[in-house]
Amino acid sequence: MRIIKLFGEFMYNWREKRLKKAVLALENGEVFSGWSFGAAVDVNGEVVFNTGMTGYEEIVSDPSYAGQFVALTAAEIGNYGTNARDMESRKLFLNGLVIQDLNYPSNYRSEKPLDVLLKEYGVPGIGGIDMRRLTKILRSEGTQKAFMHCSDKDMSGMECVKAAGMWRGLDGLDYASQVSVDKPYLWNESGVFNVTAVDFGIKYGILRRLEENDMRVTVVPAVTSAENILKMKPDGVVLSNGPADPGAVRYAMDCVKALVGKVPLMGICLGHQLFGIAMGAGYGRLKFGHHGCNHPVKNLLTGNVEITSQNHNFALEADRLPSCLELTHINLNDGTVEGVRHRSEPAFGVQYHPEAAPGPNDSAYLFAHFKEIMGR
Amino acid sequence: MPKRTDIKKIMLIGSGPIVIGQGCEFDYSGVQACKVLKKEGYEIILVNSNPATIMTDPEFADRTYIEPLTADILHEIIRRERPDALLPTLGGQTGLNLAMELHGRGILKRYGTELIGAPAESINKAENRQLFKQTMLSIGLELPRSGSAHSLKTALAVAEAIGSWPLIIRPGFTLGGTGGGIAHNRGEFIDIVTRGLKASKNTEVLIEESLLGWKEFEMEVMRDKKGGSVIVCSIENLDPMGIHTGDSITVAPIQTLTDTEYQKMRDGSLRVMEAIGVETGGANVQWAVNPEDGRQIIIEMNPRVSRSSALASKATGFPIAKIAALLAVGYTLDEISNDITGETSACFEPALDYVVTKIPRFAFEKFPKADPVLGTQMKSVGEAMAIGRTFKQSFQKALRSLETGRAGFGSDGCDEKYESSDDGTLENELKTAGCDRVFYIRSAFKRGWTVEKIHELTKIDAYFLRNMEELAAFENEIASAGDISGLERDRGLFFQAKEFGYSDRQIAHILQCSESDVMKARKNLGIRPVYSVVDTCAGEFEAKTPYYYSTYGEYSEPVRPRNGRKSIMILGGGPNRIGQGIEFDYCCVHAAFALKSAGYESVMVNSNPETVSTDYDISDKLYFEPLTLEDVMNVYERENCDGVIVQFGGQTPLNLASRLSEAGADIIGTSPADIELAEDRDFFKELAAKLGINHPPGGIAYGTEDAVRVASEIGYPVLVRPSFVLGGRGMVIAYREGHLREYVDSASADSGGKPILIDRFLEDATELDVDCISDGNTVAIGAIIEHVEPAGIHSGDSAGIIPPVTISEEAEDKIRVYTCELAKHLRVCGLMNIQFAVQSGKVYIIEANPRASRTVPFASKAIGVPMAQLATKCMLGESLGNLGFTEEIKIPYTAVKEAVFPFIKFPGADAVLSPEMRSTGEVMGIDCSRGLAYLKSQLAAGNGLPESGGVFISVKDADKDAAAEIVKELFGMGFVIYATRGTSTMLYNKGIRTEAVFRISGGRPNLLDLLDEGRIQWVITTAEGGEEAMVDEIRMRSQAISRGVPTTSTVPGMFSALAGIKEKRDFGRLEVCSLQEYHRRRGRGEAR
Repeated sequence: MRIIKLFGEFMYNWREKRLKKAVLALENGEVFSGWSFGAAVDVNGEVVFNTGMTGYEEIVSDPSYAGQFVALTAAEIGNYGTNARDMESRKLFLNGLVIQDLNYPSNYRSEKPLDVLLKEYGVPGIGGIDMRRLTKILRSEGTQKAFMHCSDKDMSGMECVKAAGMWRGLDGLDYASQVSVDKPYLWNESGVFNVTAVDFGIKYGILRRLEENDMRVTVVPAVTSAENILKMKPDGVVLSNGPADPGAVRYAMDCVKALVGKVPLMGICLGHQLFGIAMGAGYGRLKFGHHGCNHPVKNLLTGNVEITSQNHNFALEADRLPSCLELTHINLNDGTVEGVRHRSEPAFGVQYHPEAAPGPNDSAYLFAHFKEIMGR
Repeated sequence: MPKRTDIKKIMLIGSGPIVIGQGCEFDYSGVQACKVLKKEGYEIILVNSNPATIMTDPEFADRTYIEPLTADILHEIIRRERPDALLPTLGGQTGLNLAMELHGRGILKRYGTELIGAPAESINKAENRQLFKQTMLSIGLELPRSGSAHSLKTALAVAEAIGSWPLIIRPGFTLGGTGGGIAHNRGEFIDIVTRGLKASKNTEVLIEESLLGWKEFEMEVMRDKKGGSVIVCSIENLDPMGIHTGDSITVAPIQTLTDTEYQKMRDGSLRVMEAIGVETGGANVQWAVNPEDGRQIIIEMNPRVSRSSALASKATGFPIAKIAALLAVGYTLDEISNDITGETSACFEPALDYVVTKIPRFAFEKFPKADPVLGTQMKSVGEAMAIGRTFKQSFQKALRSLETGRAGFGSDGCDEKYESSDDGTLENELKTAGCDRVFYIRSAFKRGWTVEKIHELTKIDAYFLRNMEELAAFENEIASAGDISGLERDRGLFFQAKEFGYSDRQIAHILQCSESDVMKARKNLGIRPVYSVVDTCAGEFEAKTPYYYSTYGEYSEPVRPRNGRKSIMILGGGPNRIGQGIEFDYCCVHAAFALKSAGYESVMVNSNPETVSTDYDISDKLYFEPLTLEDVMNVYERENCDGVIVQFGGQTPLNLASRLSEAGADIIGTSPADIELAEDRDFFKELAAKLGINHPPGGIAYGTEDAVRVASEIGYPVLVRPSFVLGGRGMVIAYREGHLREYVDSASADSGGKPILIDRFLEDATELDVDCISDGNTVAIGAIIEHVEPAGIHSGDSAGIIPPVTISEEAEDKIRVYTCELAKHLRVCGLMNIQFAVQSGKVYIIEANPRASRTVPFASKAIGVPMAQLATKCMLGESLGNLGFTEEIKIPYTAVKEAVFPFIKFPGADAVLSPEMRSTGEVMGIDCSRGLAYLKSQLAAGNGLPESGGVFISVKDADKDAAAEIVKELFGMGFVIYATRGTSTMLYNKGIRTEAVFRISGGRPNLLDLLDEGRIQWVITTAEGGEEAMVDEIRMRSQAISRGVPTTSTVPGMFSALAGIKEKRDFGRLEVCSLQEYHRRRGRGEAR
């Protein structure tokens, strides 16, 4: 069978899993030992766990994970390989991948094994980790700064813990401009509406959804000013998802403030936070964030529940919303803010990922809604 | 939206007897539904014919009807109860079909009973192939490509348009579907089409793309009335399309689909729900995926809870049936909270951080002539499930959970058959799946066959094959340690072996040492399993429910405090098989109830996903683990249990008992030594003699010559069987030496050196089962059950009646005395089942088993006393006096149990009743009239007694007078009477005209011909003694059973049946009454 032969040479066997030792150390002193795959390098990152059972390729290529180690709780990873179509951006931005078990790819769509993809972008991975132990720590102690030791260098567990603690972390850092494109580009040629997407770390999934909804999309760098955006005379503006702390993306606040009321606006994830904060909402860090494909969100306008794909550590706070914003969506698990809209202007944002990729497509209606408000 | 208040009384239909394809998973779903709806304040009316279910315990519904599942009977119940609503989606296909019939006949409408859960149109859309296809096409889902043709030329064009081989060709309008086939290439296609066009009455062939070898997936979907939908669980079949899902090894969650493909399937599944119009509740959607291009084809959807949803519930912790019941009464998913976390919403999709493997359990050893090749007809009788952190781990755990003697994926000393097969055999075994194909796969890897080659032969996805390849290779890695001390020096390797799911027993086999050596070395290194919670959320939230599985890792859930209570472990029965099924699970569940009410903590260990016992709501702690010494002791030690109950789970825990005891577990109730003693023939013989109880002469033989010697001493016919079996495995009656030799030669091959037991067979005797409880001092008889069939047919396969009919008071009293004496001398604490035989008024003891029996649930329902619960309390030290059960209960009504057989699923297998048990399930008929109770039991078992038509009668001389009386009545009622020559002459002399036919061995036409022609609706036969008559008798019964024709084989049975038929004719219909009302009558001590 074609699929199998293609990757016969990439073997992870049990011996490697035992011998290529690697360490994941957390700032709180917890040390995990496992085996290394991907790039054999040492790196810092903030550990978050993602409970999605499919979509590891979309996750590793999601720019929102810049600066982070993603721990995938799904038991078996790598099973279906990776392919160019499922990439969510032009490269991998995460700092490291933490898994429990790595498998050979078996799927007709597979072009290269996950291990190879990670190596190509210099991203280390650590396998053989007891995910329950890790999630339990993150659940009770919150997101942790961490250090992943995958190189040959001799380092003790204590040294790794120290390295984890010494890292400055993500707070207050503007990662968005780092992962954003340098200059504007056109995503697709044709469409009924002209949409400008501000790239704070945009996922291709968003662009694909916009395209599917008859929009001609121009992607612009995170630091683009409102003036320049409006000069493009867009029918609507999308504020994309992106990594890290919304508070650090100050330049975007002014831009958003200037755009609201001038042009229909849709914010997704970080984009939604920026929209909210720009309108005066308060925000905070969640204890361990939402990362997964099974978060139930209730649409307060319709009463319907949608299962959503999520990936965020920060959130707007329901009791600190300005009067101009209306709460439209809440998370059924913990009641946190999942969506807001402007009471008088055509502008809304959702905390989750209506573009899915990975995750359920239940919220795709939001793109149609965006189209509708542009058409008004 | 709150629950509906316009409905108050809800009727639920159970799925009836356990049959292949419909097992105890529907008891699990029914129990959940009853519990939750009752809690919501609804009045519950439950109907089910299966007495072995927990749901038919009187506490679970307001009124429980143990009545035959026919539309007429349901009509009676509806007329009596006037329920506001009928919930049909929890009783399997049986429930759904009955609901549709009630709907179709306008009964629901007439009584204003609303179908909730799934409306009739939706059920119809899902069940009707044509409608289903249309609906699927209308929502843009793909079906297999197909077309029809009236000539070879158009057929070739159709083939071209479909564009892939193989193709399935079915001629239109043929008799018996002849002339079709599967074409793998153009040549074959032309042949088959040409043949098919000829065979078809309208010269038409239907050509369809074959999905054989495609990947197969399932999604379990829940939907509420607002359209809120979630996928509870996704399942991937390891075995590809072409093998029934029920017979496939399956894995959750899906392993080999990219997110894009998974979401496409998810979207499709949700669209199916909407298009079919499932308003509320669960459904299962099945998909086939082409591994070459990912094309997804919808196979079917079931608009109800199913076997897969039971599995999905156990695999994820999401209680599908319970939620489905809540949705049916108007709640929406977001209004229901997730039990497991207690905080989050039920409207979510469980995330798994482990792999679940389910492996079916087969019973081909019971049906030697049945075709053991797996196909689209389901053949498995049960299943085991295991949870592990990796596929390898869960796969190996599942294999050892099957209790087929395997300790995992090979390397356990049982590989000889597979390793010694030649390449050709191996190739065939890989191509055509049998029940043990994975072991052939292991051998193929051992032989150096590649994943590619094995994939070509099996079509199993490379993902699974590679994991198997790694396991096969890893054996050598373990072996490279040299010996156990070598492994002890390499902790990394040892740990990895455990991570890969290797049991101590496998490691012991590889390193040529004992299992306890491995255990010792393992503990020296501190390698112990850790336990994780099945929490629906991959650790994201804290789990409240104590539902655990073991794995090898770093973090173990802390042991929950038991608040000063003592902790007792209950060992379940493992996968269902013939002879060990739901009856034992029933007892285990009752043990958990009893422990709870007595203030103990209950710890359930079991590996069967279908059961009520593996519902996390039943016990204080649930461990989903294989029932092996290693896995059980690990839990016992972790929980620091104060005792373990082994007498309820059937043979599985009993086989472990003495080793558990040696390993330090405290077995409560009758001691393992005493249980074994009861099996000890010499001891038992002596005991019987000492107590003055007749015992058929018998002996033990260790080989053929020995057996012949023993048999000649005690005299033929003899009953022969291997020792230590449940369900009469390998048991026969031998009438002469040749027959005996034949049996012993074949049996000693697989008896594993265990002795063969030989007893004098009591011809023409009546058998009785007695279930009793002892607290160590007092003995109380639960019920004396008389078998309807003559001795020689396994007790599990014969009908039984409470109270006995033909036994004299004197014999009954003797049986009571013997029972009490035996219980005392065997030091029974808990349950005991004794089998007696009465021959010419003389009482013999056949055997005594100090453990739960198959008849405990039936007896408990009949007398209205939860025997297993009382027995559990006795084991805890309570006295029967304190429990208020010291007197045998005399019931003023009759309860009849009848067995249900799977022969129809095994064409080719001899449908023969014998001392070996073959039935998969049972039904109960209960009525104030003995005749009607019998009638109902037959109706419930699917062999309804006729009110008109043909009756075949053949009776032995002694019964001829009685028979004449009966036949006269039947004749008067307009039945056509067929009789064997002797009986016919006798009847003629009494003035009754009959049609004479031959006995089976006497010529033709005989009964079998008449059965074939459909002229017989009832067989009445009482057999002469002797081999020939016995053989005839058995063939007759078997043929009748496989055609659903009722058979009556005793004179009292005939009178009962006749009385029943007359009463029914007089009254015009069958009356129904709830179990609760019967039990109240019992309480009032109404006269019989």
